[in-house]
Amino acid sequence: MGNRARKARLVVVGNGMAGIRTVEELLRMAPDLYEITVFGDEPHPNYNRILLTPVLAGEMRMEETILNDYDWYAGHGITLCTGSPVVQIDRVHRRVITASGETAPYDRLLLATGAAAAMAPIPGNDLPGVYSYRDMRDVEALTQVSTGGGGAVIIGAGLLGLEVAHGLNARGMQVTVVHRRAWPLDRQLDGRGGAMLQEAMEARGIRFLMERESAAVLGEGRVEGLRFQDGSSIPARIVVMTVGIRPRTGLAQTAGVACEQGILVNDTLQTYDPRIYAVGECVQHRGMTYGLVAPLFEQAKVAANHLAEYGRMRYEGSVTSTKLKVTGIELFSAGDFRGGDNTEELTLLDAHQGIYKKVVLQEHRIKGILLYGDTSIGPWLFEHLREETDISALRDHLLFGETHLGDAGHAGANQVARLPDTAEICGCNGISKGQIISAIRDGLFTLEEVRKCTKASASCGSCTGLVEQLLASTLGGVYGSSARKKALCGCTDYSHQEVRDAIQQERLLSVREVFRFLDWRNPGGCAGCRPAVNYYVRTAWPAEGYDDASARFINERAHANIQKDGTYSVIPRIYGGVTTPAELKRIAEVAERHAVPMVKFTGGQRLDLLGVPKEKLPAIWAELGMPSGHAYGKALRTVKSCVGQEFCRFGVQDSTRLAIDLEKNLERMWAPHKVKLAASGCPRNCAESTVKDFGVIGVDSGWEIYIGGNGGMKVRAADLLTRVKSEAEVILVAKAFLQMYREEAQYLERTAPWVERVGMARIRERVVEDPVQREELAARLDFAILQERDPWAEAVAGRLDIHAAPLRRVSA
Amino acid sequence: MQWFPLGKVNEVPPGGGRYVETPAGQIAVLCNEEGTLFAVHNRCPHRGGPLSEGFVSGTTVFCPLHNWQIDLCSGEALPPDQGCVRTFPVRTEGEEIWLGLPGEQP
Ligand code: SRM
Ligand SMILES: Cc1cc2nc3c(=O)[nH]c(=O)nc-3n(C[C@H](O)[C@H](O)[C@H](O)COP(=O)(O)OP(=O)(O)OC[C@H]3O[C@@H](n4cnc5c(N)ncnc54)[C@H](O)[C@@H]3O)c2cc1C
Ligand code: SF4
Ligand code: FES
Repeated sequence: MGNRARKARLVVVGNGMAGIRTVEELLRMAPDLYEITVFGDEPHPNYNRILLTPVLAGEMRMEETILNDYDWYAGHGITLCTGSPVVQIDRVHRRVITASGETAPYDRLLLATGAAAAMAPIPGNDLPGVYSYRDMRDVEALTQVSTGGGGAVIIGAGLLGLEVAHGLNARGMQVTVVHRRAWPLDRQLDGRGGAMLQEAMEARGIRFLMERESAAVLGEGRVEGLRFQDGSSIPARIVVMTVGIRPRTGLAQTAGVACEQGILVNDTLQTYDPRIYAVGECVQHRGMTYGLVAPLFEQAKVAANHLAEYGRMRYEGSVTSTKLKVTGIELFSAGDFRGGDNTEELTLLDAHQGIYKKVVLQEHRIKGILLYGDTSIGPWLFEHLREETDISALRDHLLFGETHLGDAGHAGANQVARLPDTAEICGCNGISKGQIISAIRDGLFTLEEVRKCTKASASCGSCTGLVEQLLASTLGGVYGSSARKKALCGCTDYSHQEVRDAIQQERLLSVREVFRFLDWRNPGGCAGCRPAVNYYVRTAWPAEGYDDASARFINERAHANIQKDGTYSVIPRIYGGVTTPAELKRIAEVAERHAVPMVKFTGGQRLDLLGVPKEKLPAIWAELGMPSGHAYGKALRTVKSCVGQEFCRFGVQDSTRLAIDLEKNLERMWAPHKVKLAASGCPRNCAESTVKDFGVIGVDSGWEIYIGGNGGMKVRAADLLTRVKSEAEVILVAKAFLQMYREEAQYLERTAPWVERVGMARIRERVVEDPVQREELAARLDFAILQERDPWAEAVAGRLDIHAAPLRRVSA
Repeated sequence: MQWFPLGKVNEVPPGGGRYVETPAGQIAVLCNEEGTLFAVHNRCPHRGGPLSEGFVSGTTVFCPLHNWQIDLCSGEALPPDQGCVRTFPVRTEGEEIWLGLPGEQP
């Protein structure tokens, strides 16, 4: 153990976006594990390469792109050597050697050398006046030369080519883009979209020469023009080559580390040499190389997890999306939008407004997305692409986006690009578009980071889509919004599912055990993870798991709903909305005796006593003698009913009785989010069963069962799950469905988004078609509910302490 | 500074808090997962939420109403929010918690 006294040494080659992101992640996980040295070829600290075009276009200054300044390195005790290329890796002695002959020993080595601009292999490609477009030096050189005006020819109409064209055009040069294919961005667009894009850029004064193969750069001693293979030529003062990028593998290759297109790594980002890790554009993983920041940051997270010696995460590849960052041109593409056998296309073309949308489907899943002119639904579609959602139910409005069904209070605000900077994006916290964009440019990359830094989208979440659009248009892609890969919260890098798996496999029985076992960054967790993990523990181990009161939201700890002034509301259970004169009298008397400030009928067919001080809660519960309505909990709320067969002239089924039975069977059920049910006695559907998590409608032959409805922030009509004959079957299906939801949905995910995510087919398979699974699911729910007692009765009997009274009263 | 006994350490749930009524107003007594105690005015600088009902983690309390995070050592809200809540000294003697209140204050 002697040499444990000295810290292990980590050397990072490449002071760019992926390398430094890995270091940042590592410092968050294991701040003291390594002595870190970083070598960078460029003479700058780590800057945001994505923002080179705004710098070239004169919209930003170079200093504003710095992500980590010199103080950051110093503050973390990192030795930074800029302008210092590493030329050799001595794997035998485990050290690296720089161009100036310096050496640095390592215990672990991280290669993050990025990629280099590829140059077209044509004569004259080394003449003065030929530029590449990759780093700050290129931008400085282009900025300088552009002051002389004149003609600039760009070879290659990919993302970089169009960006540099935009930048030089903004600098006043006459720009011509030359491309060997028939339309620009041929890898991101089809012919129709390409033509629309070309037209829009031409309108800004940029010329295009398509289907031209460059043959030679012309000029004596410096660039004078460009000749094509067909013999024609055009004059040029400068030529910029944006024909692709090549991973920088030279260093690894000479050291004998296996490379193909890029440096080969496994799912832990480890190279062929176990002491050497690699991340970023220089890497080849499962046959893929990546040229966008989002996947590189996912790699960084996993590499850091292994460098920190946690060894639990895997990188399994990424699906990427692209967004052209040229102001005023809206373009979004992802996946395979070309289609082919067994695929279908949904398209929408509005040539007048310059809007073109295309979604490619295969077996009810989205395979490719291409949006031009209006990209507002890009992030939403992309999430479905990545999640492989079954979109059968969404098909009719897929091209209009989720806002189509009515996004309460946000109608018309889906065109974020056209909004002025002062427009309010986050209604809960009053954050404007301009504030969000400037925060992103200051170095934010993910939704989580924007939430943390600006509060936008951090409250009710209904502006999340708008914030994602701003991220996409500022950063050129969609970042970290995938539910599957998303970390549970800032206290950990593990996803909801990874945490659940660990709880199940390792038999973790309390929040604290989970935090300890998974090395939570914050031993006390936060308001995000504590309730979630407590819920996961309790669903996995309903009997043995410890229900940690300190991990429950205040409402679930006080068993009442906290109000703005710190008082509480009391809503007793009124099964199926059916009460009696005696019960009503009792409620009235209690309200009167305690001078309850307001008594209100709720939207859920029951009575609410509002404005009760915490100290009075136990007394009121005792006097009411009714069970808790759980109106405060992520739990079963109401089961609404209509009059039904017994009295109503149209009723064909006894909906009130079924509602009461459902509520009695399911009360005290905790869930990922609140759960609401309804039963209507005939298709007139007076109980609004089709906007409930689980709703039934009586028909002559029995009951229709609907799931996944929602009437709150985002209205969603429920989907028909099945038809059954008897009430017993309804109850069984309800139990099976709700248990599946309890076991599979993420904490705070309501049934509506969950049903969309997993698809009706899978739910039907388990809760309708397979009788064995249905029974098992229902039995597990029965068992879980059996472990729960009515909290109000428990408190009245002195078995549950809600800390109603103050700790003490201190008098002067 | 005058010191008042508040009760036993185990009456304040770790990771959460209780409140006390004092001549200096309602004060939240909070306890983190390691058993460290803090005392602050029981009014969130945002809109007056009762901090005694929030989650406590490390030296931070999360307000139960809109999730502002407040540093319990300084009383300052964590960025991006801005605001401050007054802090008070607490100490323990054996199992007893003591709260320090400014002497002459009403
Ligand atoms: C009391 C009640 C309003 C009323 O006076 O009628 C109510 C009150 C609150 N609702 Fe509601 N909702 C009430 C019926 C509804 C309904 C209608 C219904 O249940 O039939 C809806 C739409 C249906 C739905 O959920 O799909 C509804 C959609 C919401 C939402 C949005 C949920 C969503 O997923 O979109 C929230 C926010 C949340 O839960 O995160 C919410 C949250 C709230 C909270 C708990 C806000 C909070 O966290 O403090 C409100 C408590 C106010 C207070 O000061 O006590 N309330 N809320 C209703 C209680 C019904 C009951 O008997 O239990
Ligand atoms: C103009 C432009 C616009 C872009 N826009 C977007 C966008 O909108 N969205 C998006 O997602 N991506 C965009 N990208 C791509 C994105 O910038 C890259 O994917 C990302 O920077 C790659 O990170 P990296 O760390 O792998 O490489 P880099 O950021 O290039 O870092 C590698 C560093 O290693 C250094 N290095 C290499 N070899 C050595 C050596 N032997 N010794 C020492 N140092 C060495 C290099 O000099 C470089 O500084 C853009 C790129 C450019 C050029
Ligand atoms: S709509 Fe619901 S959450 Fe909003 S103010 Fe009314 S009760 Fe409160
Ligand atoms: S009152 Fe505390 S966060 Fe709003």
